[in-house]
Amino acid sequence: MVAGLIGGLMIGLASAIMLLGLGRIAGVSGLAARASSLSADGPPRLIALAFIIGLPVGAALIAAILGPIETNFSPSIATLVIGGLLVGFGTRLGSGCTSGHGVCGMSRMSPRSLVATPVFIGSGMVTVALLNIIGIV
Amino acid sequence: MRAPLIALLAGALFGAGLAVSGMADPAKVRGFLDIFGAWDPTLVFVMGGAIIPMAIAWRLVPKLDRPLLAPKFAIPTKRDLDPRLITGSVLFGIGWGVGGLCPGPALADLAVEPVPAALFVAAMLLGMWLHRFLPSP
Repeated sequence: MVAGLIGGLMIGLASAIMLLGLGRIAGVSGLAARASSLSADGPPRLIALAFIIGLPVGAALIAAILGPIETNFSPSIATLVIGGLLVGFGTRLGSGCTSGHGVCGMSRMSPRSLVATPVFIGSGMVTVALLNIIGIV
Repeated sequence: MRAPLIALLAGALFGAGLAVSGMADPAKVRGFLDIFGAWDPTLVFVMGGAIIPMAIAWRLVPKLDRPLLAPKFAIPTKRDLDPRLITGSVLFGIGWGVGGLCPGPALADLAVEPVPAALFVAAMLLGMWLHRFLPSP
């Protein structure tokens, strides 16, 4: 809980720096699309690329300072590929993900984000429940 | 060159926050989505913690003429709840549930567990690319 709250505050502070410093929404899906030239919308490409490169750099710094970061990936290639395809397509179609809608949009009380966030959380919960019933992890 | 450097720092702080919060672990995210199983509420604290600095930042925006390092604020103006927002969010939620990853943690994990993270990110970019073939609304 405490680690979650501290990590959350860091994520919020990073998003606030993007907004007040650069005037941009720290939406990771949008910035990833912009950084890879898959979208023309958003900040100058170099800004998007710098932010995206920062993500693994920050995780690596924490691993170096605090020790190994626990990650338990699905061992299934199909799971990762299908998950990735849906996340990529869905976040472009829905104009955002957990950061853009969930953090930046919700904190602004954006009507679109106030709808999108419970929709993707609900959809994720139904998906995990169904996968558990079928027995696919 | 100051703006890309700030974006890099913001991205690193964001990635560090993901690592500290535990959200870099797909199993922990799936634990949050698993409401009928051993529910893990951490993500609520992460999102709540991230919303606090952002809620303050949004209150500062109207008081500033422009961002500190950019000519103007680029803030989404759309307010309509169109079918694309809903469909995209549903698809994103399914992918999120399947892989336990949204775009931020997937990119941060490139530094933690590069092989599965790169596979997911590659599929995600492919999904974003496929979205380009959808006719514009």
